[in-house]
Amino acid sequence: MKKHLIELVDVNKKFDSNFILHNINLYIEKNEFLTLLGPSGCGKTTTLRIIGGFENPTSGDLLFRGKSILKLPPYKRQVNTVFQKYALFPNMNVFDNIAFGLKIRKISGDIIRQKVKAMLKLVNLSGFEKRNVNFLSGGQQQRIAIARALVNEPEVLLLDEPLGALDLKLRKEMQIELKNMQQKLGITFVYVTHDQEEALSMSDTIAVMNNGVIQQIGTPQDIYNEPKNSFVADFIGESNIIDGVMLKDFEVEFAGKKFECVDKGFNTNEKVDVVIRPEDILILPENIGKINGKVENVTFKGVHYEMLVRQENYLWKIHSTVMSLAGSIVSLKIMPDLIHIMRKES
Amino acid sequence: MKKVFLYSYILWMIIFIVIPIILVGYFAFTQSENGVVFFTLENFRRVFEFVYIKVLLRSINLALICTLICFLIGYPVAYIMADKNFHFSSTLLFLFLVPMWMNMLLRTYAWLTILEKNGIINSCLALLGFSKINLLYTNQTIVLGMVYNFLPFMILPIHTSLKKINYSAIEAAQDLGADSFTTFRKIIFPLSLPAVCSGITMVFMPAVTTFIVPNLLGGGKFMLIGNLIEQQFLRIADWHFGCAVSLILMAVIFFAAIIFSFVDTDDEGGNLF
Ligand SMILES: Nc1ncnc2c1ncn2[C@@H]1O[C@H](COP(=O)(O)OP(=O)(O)O)[C@@H](O)[C@H]1O
Ligand SMILES: [Mg+2]
Repeated sequence: MKKHLIELVDVNKKFDSNFILHNINLYIEKNEFLTLLGPSGCGKTTTLRIIGGFENPTSGDLLFRGKSILKLPPYKRQVNTVFQKYALFPNMNVFDNIAFGLKIRKISGDIIRQKVKAMLKLVNLSGFEKRNVNFLSGGQQQRIAIARALVNEPEVLLLDEPLGALDLKLRKEMQIELKNMQQKLGITFVYVTHDQEEALSMSDTIAVMNNGVIQQIGTPQDIYNEPKNSFVADFIGESNIIDGVMLKDFEVEFAGKKFECVDKGFNTNEKVDVVIRPEDILILPENIGKINGKVENVTFKGVHYEMLVRQENYLWKIHSTVMSLAGSIVSLKIMPDLIHIMRKES
Repeated sequence: MKKVFLYSYILWMIIFIVIPIILVGYFAFTQSENGVVFFTLENFRRVFEFVYIKVLLRSINLALICTLICFLIGYPVAYIMADKNFHFSSTLLFLFLVPMWMNMLLRTYAWLTILEKNGIINSCLALLGFSKINLLYTNQTIVLGMVYNFLPFMILPIHTSLKKINYSAIEAAQDLGADSFTTFRKIIFPLSLPAVCSGITMVFMPAVTTFIVPNLLGGGKFMLIGNLIEQQFLRIADWHFGCAVSLILMAVIFFAAIIFSFVDTDDEGGNLF
């Protein structure tokens, strides 16, 4: 059997008497960019802290190359962490912060200076060596924290929302920069974010979490195109989620109409969630598509327009590069393969 | 409104700090004979006579020993109390603070009843069949009394600063490969250093000036600079010489404080300078 680099086996975590993580099973391969994605409070940081050695799971095991490392203290694990709150050393300047790990490994002064300099260049903070870290902006501190971890070229790097404090432009730049570095240095990244766009654009694999449970693990394409349940569908990109009934294989009823679809294997008349992406709905003139409705609201979103179309008590969200006039009556058309049917969560 | 407070503060400073210091200076640099007051440096020359210098040096010596012991006891205590897994830290802190609510004279008297010839310790020894030992009126007793009285001044600032350390910085150090000792040496201790300096200053100052402790526990046998000053004012009534000694003592404390304020870069107050 092939050994995974890191493996979480049936990990549970309780704080006081609340279960924060339920049966987490996760494999991380060498050189993989794995993202834990989920809303705030779903247990992403806790999962990362278990891998880093700062929390012990209540039950379950953590394997590194097939061997349990639960007993290893953090300083003996071959992982480095970029902490969510930066956690820089306030008694040291930028240089000493970044050099900390190298100095502990007794690397020679010249090499340390070279590496720190190269790292600072990478995070766009050249010449900041002597600066007091307490007077840097949040974004600068965050980049120092990234540099401090990355300079050690660890086998695994854990990153807890490392770009959270950056403005949009810098965030996009750093996303590309981090991805490049990950590929160039061959470091395994375990990346935590609540930003689905960031997760989709950077990851090899995404694990979507909610309430301490992994909802779905897969490639960004899988997760986006084939969300396993309505939570994933809703969290990854925007979605229209409607109650429906599966009449028989390949036929579903929702919004008062019958639709052809590509799903099967449900019980007859089983209640389901129907998920349709806003960009998968076509707006046509009245009475041509199956559903008629009135355009209530139009917003320009940069590349596309977002139209809210009211059909009785349901409000459809539609993205299109073509604008419809607010107040006009239109019809909506959905192709069978763009209708995603999901079992209701019990 | 702010100005009113500012001015009343300045007024307070003038009445209770500046004027007394001017008076001390006035007395220190003068002598009076038959009601005639004249300028002189004679008082200062007398301070530098051997007997008095010996007293000054002994005071500094005992105060330094006291400060060192306070640090050696106080730092570990503060460290243990700041540990987030230590559940009795508030109880312990309370126990250290309670004696401070009591008058220092009383606190020190309490030690007399413990240490004196027929005191608690000797009674216990006698009960166990040992011969009585002399515990009072030694340098060690004085240092004991000082440490007892001033230890909280060392513990409190260090405890506060250790509590304030962001725990994630400690985790970050461990994450980067530092074991507990390295983490302490490179992160925890440097971050508490300003508080250590405050503690040292706050223990050293009262220790070097105290006269209650040597009076009671030293039995007046070991004169320290505090006793010397007290004597000049209350017994001999030589205010001129008393003021000169006070000024010299102030200079000593001033220099000690300056030395520590160099190390002390914490700008959040709680320090002398
Ligand atoms: N040390 C702790 N003690 C008690 N509860 C905690 C602790 N750490 C985290 N939690 C709780 O665990 C849940 C998950 O937290 P966290 O892993 O930080 O979520 P995320 O990083 O996904 O936002 C939250 O409800 C949080 O309140
Ligand atoms: Mg978090």
